[in-house]
Amino acid sequence: MKLDAKIPSGPLADKWTDYKAHTALVSPANKRKHTILIVGTGLAGGGAAAALGELGYKVKAFCYQDSARRAHSIAAQGGINAAKNYQNDGDTVFRLFYDTIKGGDFRAREANTYRLAEVSNEIIDHCVAQGVPFGREYSGYLANRTFGGAQVSRTFYSRGQTGQQLLLGAYNSLNAQVNAGNVDVFERTEMLDLIVIDGVARGIVVRDMVSGEVSSHFGDAVLLCTGGYSNVFFLSTSAKGCNGSAVWRAYKRGAGFANPCFTQIHPTAIPQSGDFQSKLTLMSESLRNDGRVWVPKKAGDDRPPNEIPEDERDYYLERIYPSFGNMVPRDVASRNAKNVCDEGRGIGPTKRGVYLDFAAAIERLGVDVIKDRYGNLFEMYEMINDEDPYTTPMMIYPAPHYTMGGLWVDYDLMSTIPGLFVLGEANFSDHGANRLGASALMQGLADGFFVIPNTLGQYIAKGKHPDVDPNCDEVREVEQGAKDLNQKLLDIKGTKTVDYFHRAMGMIMLDKCGMARSKEGLNEAIEKIRELKKKFWADVKVPGTGESLNQELEKAGRVADYFDLAILMCLDAREREESCGGHFREEHKTEEGEARRDDENYCHASVWEYMGEDQTPQAHKEELIFENVELTQRSYK
Amino acid sequence: MKLTLEIWRQKDANDKGHFETYELDNVSSHMSFLEMLDVLNQELIEKGEEPVAFDHDCREAICGTCGFVINGVAHGHMKRNTVCQLHMRTFNDGDHLVLEPWRAEAFPMVRDLIVDRSAFERIQRAGGYISARTGSAPDANSILIPKDQAEAAMDFAECIGCGACVASCPNGAAMLFVGARIAHLGFLPQGQPERAERAKALVAAMEQEGFGACTNYTSCEATCPKGISIVGIAKMNKDYFNAKLFTGGNLGGKD
Amino acid sequence: MDKAVGFYESTLGKKIVMAVTGIILFLYLVGHMLGNLQIFLDPAQIDKYAHMLHASAAFLWSVRLVLLFCLGVHILAAFQVWWRSRKARPVKYKVFNPPDVDYAAKTMVWSGPIIAAFITYHLLHLTVGLDSLHPDYIHLGAYNNVIKGFQQTPVAIAYIVALLLLAFHLYHGLWSLFQTMGWDHPKFGPWRRPLAVLLTVVIAAGFICVPVAVMTGVLPR
Repeated sequence: MKLDAKIPSGPLADKWTDYKAHTALVSPANKRKHTILIVGTGLAGGGAAAALGELGYKVKAFCYQDSARRAHSIAAQGGINAAKNYQNDGDTVFRLFYDTIKGGDFRAREANTYRLAEVSNEIIDHCVAQGVPFGREYSGYLANRTFGGAQVSRTFYSRGQTGQQLLLGAYNSLNAQVNAGNVDVFERTEMLDLIVIDGVARGIVVRDMVSGEVSSHFGDAVLLCTGGYSNVFFLSTSAKGCNGSAVWRAYKRGAGFANPCFTQIHPTAIPQSGDFQSKLTLMSESLRNDGRVWVPKKAGDDRPPNEIPEDERDYYLERIYPSFGNMVPRDVASRNAKNVCDEGRGIGPTKRGVYLDFAAAIERLGVDVIKDRYGNLFEMYEMINDEDPYTTPMMIYPAPHYTMGGLWVDYDLMSTIPGLFVLGEANFSDHGANRLGASALMQGLADGFFVIPNTLGQYIAKGKHPDVDPNCDEVREVEQGAKDLNQKLLDIKGTKTVDYFHRAMGMIMLDKCGMARSKEGLNEAIEKIRELKKKFWADVKVPGTGESLNQELEKAGRVADYFDLAILMCLDAREREESCGGHFREEHKTEEGEARRDDENYCHASVWEYMGEDQTPQAHKEELIFENVELTQRSYK
Repeated sequence: MKLTLEIWRQKDANDKGHFETYELDNVSSHMSFLEMLDVLNQELIEKGEEPVAFDHDCREAICGTCGFVINGVAHGHMKRNTVCQLHMRTFNDGDHLVLEPWRAEAFPMVRDLIVDRSAFERIQRAGGYISARTGSAPDANSILIPKDQAEAAMDFAECIGCGACVASCPNGAAMLFVGARIAHLGFLPQGQPERAERAKALVAAMEQEGFGACTNYTSCEATCPKGISIVGIAKMNKDYFNAKLFTGGNLGGKD
Repeated sequence: MDKAVGFYESTLGKKIVMAVTGIILFLYLVGHMLGNLQIFLDPAQIDKYAHMLHASAAFLWSVRLVLLFCLGVHILAAFQVWWRSRKARPVKYKVFNPPDVDYAAKTMVWSGPIIAAFITYHLLHLTVGLDSLHPDYIHLGAYNNVIKGFQQTPVAIAYIVALLLLAFHLYHGLWSLFQTMGWDHPKFGPWRRPLAVLLTVVIAAGFICVPVAVMTGVLPR
């Protein structure tokens, strides 16, 4: 597997401009002769479909939801970053780039991250033009809020529903192209496999989730915009349908998988309340601005929080990190919550939770100020937990939230399979080992609206794209394989449900490959997941048939992939003998227990190549070269 | 707590469909309604029966995927809610609940509690957008929008497209949905150039789908998870009226 | 004309036509009510008024035709809208309790036809003066006709019930038409319902006070 990132030469700030000036173009008359397949219709996929449709390509977009507007980008709350410097507080493209790369603990590619920061401003302009109702000042100018990991105010927002509004913007543009006849959208359609002919991505096999019909679509390029794989943990903040199957099946067809172990566990989610729990709900990170995090000093202290006196409480973040206190970055906050719970000091019915207490802030600022700042969040909390955060401390616990890892891509966003492009959360390129708040939306829109329209042309213009014979062996084989896999799942007729296995795997992963990892734990996890996988293939029960809407069959296919993906995550985590960003290895910490990066040996992206079923994948490296930033150790003490 | 669930079961669009009754013990009050159904489905699968199919995805009341009618009310009895964020503690031990899919001619049945809402897609595609070519936008701050106007647009932009308005309308009308889209874009300066065409296109598409007529029952507003106001319907009527009878096309020329 | 036909074909168009004809009928009701209230003045006054209305047959019949046309269109549009909505939900819910349903909205479907029936009766009773309905009818003797008519208690009660129904119909129609015509404003929007209530109460009281006055003996003086 050859990893050529194809980073343009020249100064960092000029790379993208130069690239655009010299890239090969496809003539307007020829674009409509090229079909582009896009899987996923979130910000990246929806944006790409709209932008490529505008250019005149023939686009087919696929989503598993019943509408392109329901992709999980919709759930992002906080906002989207851009280096507009509307606040005159010293923001620049370079600063946004630097914050992002430092926030990612220096494990992202400089050129890609810089480009992201560079196009951030165009994104805001475009969204406003689409009719996204961003928050405004009374003067009519755009408003900004401050977000974690930055000292400038650069986050644009639409109440607590920024993701929803941005997605609707992209969706509207997509609809305009559907109306213009340039884009066809296939809803309730799931990608089952990638068709690679002569080493080039030429199509996808999909299943109509209503009729169960399996069919193939062909094109001159395939764009995977399918989001992350946090649902490997079963409980996460992802939507129930979010899955890693598209990227996983592309990986099995030869796409390199980069940094699979880089996952983000968000510190402020509502804890699990019972075994029936189906997903975790995030509470905005902004709560930590005024809330104090604590647990009882004594293990097993079952008293209600308000009966625990002040001197028997441990405000552990303030104790360990006196200068940053409750505002430490996401990964640090999450890890410490896990530590205190491991010590038996966790709270709530499951003992996996910590308090987030607003009593001091309410006393200092008054109820009205707190209500103004967090009123809707408090309401949401009360709706879910039936407790009033104004009088009883909130309970929170970290939850898997985002995966920085994903399919490896070069500067053009093309994977190691020519013709297969990967956009948004599904790729690995921009966030390194940790993602800052308000930058996921930025990346999705950047990749979809501004990067791919400029990089795809190069591939289309330079290659030959002969028509695919729908009856050729390659196509038949992949199609039959996809059908067989589903039939195999249906034929097991075991005794345990899909969810049973998924939950069990999630528990192992969260425990051993979550907020803290160790070689021993990872070995144990790999062992256990292999066993579980075996049991799954022997004893899972998938009711119904493949020829109708069958939600259990959909889940079974996804979980089957998660076993292998989970094992790859563990392998990657075991291989990376350092702690960086969201990846914390118990063996690699400072005397004070903080993450210790190893820039000498691990300043690279680990890229895994599939070698066959149950074979150990082969590891490759893309060395990360930092010419414009100095690698520093993060400290929050 | 214990529950009796009377659930609409229908294999596919061609099946006639019927109600099936299930008893469920040990329902935790912390569960969401969908988690309660998850538990039921796990039991059904283990017993060798087919689980109840229902649409759902984000389970955070924002994606708009989920929704069915509980005892005659779309999304259940709690206001400004979706079934994924409806918690069992708001029910009583021993409750008898009737679960039905959205029922409307324009929403054909798919299976059990799942309906086909592609009518909404076709309406939005007819013109529910601002045609803004990527890369052509001026600087974002060159379009000033008074705060209250931006907030008003946002009030309508919050629509999640779940279809509860149609389901709870005694007439099966989709006017709240269409009105929300027209009002959202109509409040913004960027939305003005296409305003008349948009009203005509969306209304025409809505008519074609076979939704009913608004007679101002206002139950749509009452069951809307986002509390979208029927003011949106008034905006739609006005835009349509003006577009159709006065301005014609945006330049008053064509029609 | 094409425009108007195309406009009427849409549901929204029908609703707007209903609203406009509704407004015309409402304005007529206001005039009718003011005319009726003259019964509380000198007995000769209302007869004089009746003669005045009949002074020009051309005028009288143009008004009548306009009103009939409005009424006809109003009813036709209502029927078409109702029929469309019926078709919009072919499979009914087993249990259906949509919250906050405006009660008056529910009554429109049957209050409409009943009012139509009442109007027919009313015209035969006090305008045509059919012998079987009103044996004491005198042409253009409005005072006599009303008093004698309402002295029959069942007739008076029927009028009162029908007028109450009309009030519901008016209340819902009035506030609906604001909505249908798109007359909304952040400041005035909240006053639409109270205004509809106020107008309805005035109209209903203005009409109902006549049969009540006859029943209670206030009239004839």
